[in-house]
Amino acid sequence: MLIHKASDLTYADVTPKSVYLDRRKFLQAMGIASATAVVGQRLFEVAAPSENVFAGTKFSGVVKSPFSTTEKQNSYEDVTHYNNFYEFGTDKSDPAKNAHKLKTANWMVSVEGDVAKPRKITMDEILKIAPLEERIYRHRCVEAWSIVVPWIGFSFSNLAKLVEPTSKAQFVAFQSSYDRGQMLEAKWAGIDFPYVEGLRLDEAMNPLTLLGVGMYGESLPNQDGAPVRMVIPWKYGFKSIKSLVKIKFQSKMPPATWNLAASNEYGFYSNVNPNVDHPRWSQAKERRLGEILKRNTLMFNGYGDQVASMYNGMDLKKYY
Amino acid sequence: MRALLTSKWTKVVVFFLCLIPLAALVWRAFHNGLGANPVEFIQLTTGRWTLRFLVFTLCITPFRKLLSLPDLIRFRRMLGLFAFSYVCLHFLTYLVLDQFFDFTAIWKDIAKRPFITVGFLGFLLLLPLAITSTAGWIRRLGGKRWQMLHRGIYFAAIAGVIHYYWKVKSDVRMPIFYGTLVGILLLWRLGDWFFKRRSAAGATLSPQHSAANPPS
Repeated sequence: MLIHKASDLTYADVTPKSVYLDRRKFLQAMGIASATAVVGQRLFEVAAPSENVFAGTKFSGVVKSPFSTTEKQNSYEDVTHYNNFYEFGTDKSDPAKNAHKLKTANWMVSVEGDVAKPRKITMDEILKIAPLEERIYRHRCVEAWSIVVPWIGFSFSNLAKLVEPTSKAQFVAFQSSYDRGQMLEAKWAGIDFPYVEGLRLDEAMNPLTLLGVGMYGESLPNQDGAPVRMVIPWKYGFKSIKSLVKIKFQSKMPPATWNLAASNEYGFYSNVNPNVDHPRWSQAKERRLGEILKRNTLMFNGYGDQVASMYNGMDLKKYY
Repeated sequence: MRALLTSKWTKVVVFFLCLIPLAALVWRAFHNGLGANPVEFIQLTTGRWTLRFLVFTLCITPFRKLLSLPDLIRFRRMLGLFAFSYVCLHFLTYLVLDQFFDFTAIWKDIAKRPFITVGFLGFLLLLPLAITSTAGWIRRLGGKRWQMLHRGIYFAAIAGVIHYYWKVKSDVRMPIFYGTLVGILLLWRLGDWFFKRRSAAGATLSPQHSAANPPS
């Protein structure tokens, strides 16, 4: 197996983002000074988006993926300051402010259940499972907004093959990290934690299903699900669970957080589908961040060629 | 205090204070401060300010009575009209920026989605109140009828809170906060009305009492 990265570098060799940040803060301060802002710095700070971005390592030797879209990518600023990560607050701007409390050092993911070789894997090991690819995916939130993100990762199936699922495995259950001490805002979220999600085994093994470790050429910022997350581009964003700590292969359909919170609004499958409305809003259109007018939402978010066959004969209005 | 409340300048100052939220929004728009989803930001901001101004308007009567400051009445119409102005901006944002005059989609939204239905209802309830807010209309309708009509603000405020509550996905802290404020302000009115009625009943009873017990 080809590994396209310097093997002497480990996940812990983090180039502190603060180096970038200091530079930006300095430039920002210069801007204020030169604008001779009479209104004062306070107003400026209120209006200007904060710079709390906590990404780490730059990845090198990342392979381009044929699954990538050629659509215009959203800005790093948008993707890191408009997040749903309810453990860190329910406002879109909350995770950027609060997610720095998440401790990602010595991260461990437990892969267990109906597998021949259950194991706990470190981030260093995860990064060596398969060559890292850049995959530019459309990401459609159930709230009718969308973004285009250059993720870094590899097909989840690579990890699955490593642990060898047994014939009993029909589904895969995922679980996010949950630590009240680091996630002070979680108690107001109105949903239960730890956040859990699930996929059918064939969905998990679909080559589009990505185990994501980075975006925009570097490791994931905390608010985007550091250090490792799922990315399932044909399903609504909440299926793409963040900050993974547990992956369990099992015979039973696993529970999913939003489905538990409101099963009439969020189904287990939650495939992007313009023909099945959310009870409280239409799913026919979406607003791409950075654009004012809405665009039409595509069936399976435009990934029908790769995934539609998995749902042949299924009533997608019933299994939403 | 009385001089301050009746001063022409106080009214001017309050007027400009009420414009600050709008000014801040415009300022943000020109300084890249509306975030990644500007339309959503404008909708949320104008919606919240509508609720706030409804609450301010509903505060006037209880504060007048509890603080014995009858002159506060001078600000009620202005605050009410600002609530209406912000709800107009809120609705226009939906009409233009969110749906871009797609009237089929808007009609479907209003008919199918309870949170939009109730929000639109609240907006409609405020419309006649804004129109009849002038001195001329008070005269034409007569004080009693005008007052009856303008109790519509109670239902508009309730509709606003429900609209907000049904909109959020799971974190209901803010809707509950506004709901509590509106609840307290409406309960106070209910209590006030109840006590007034009792004391009025007491007042009509007392002559009979005195008749039954003639002074000796």
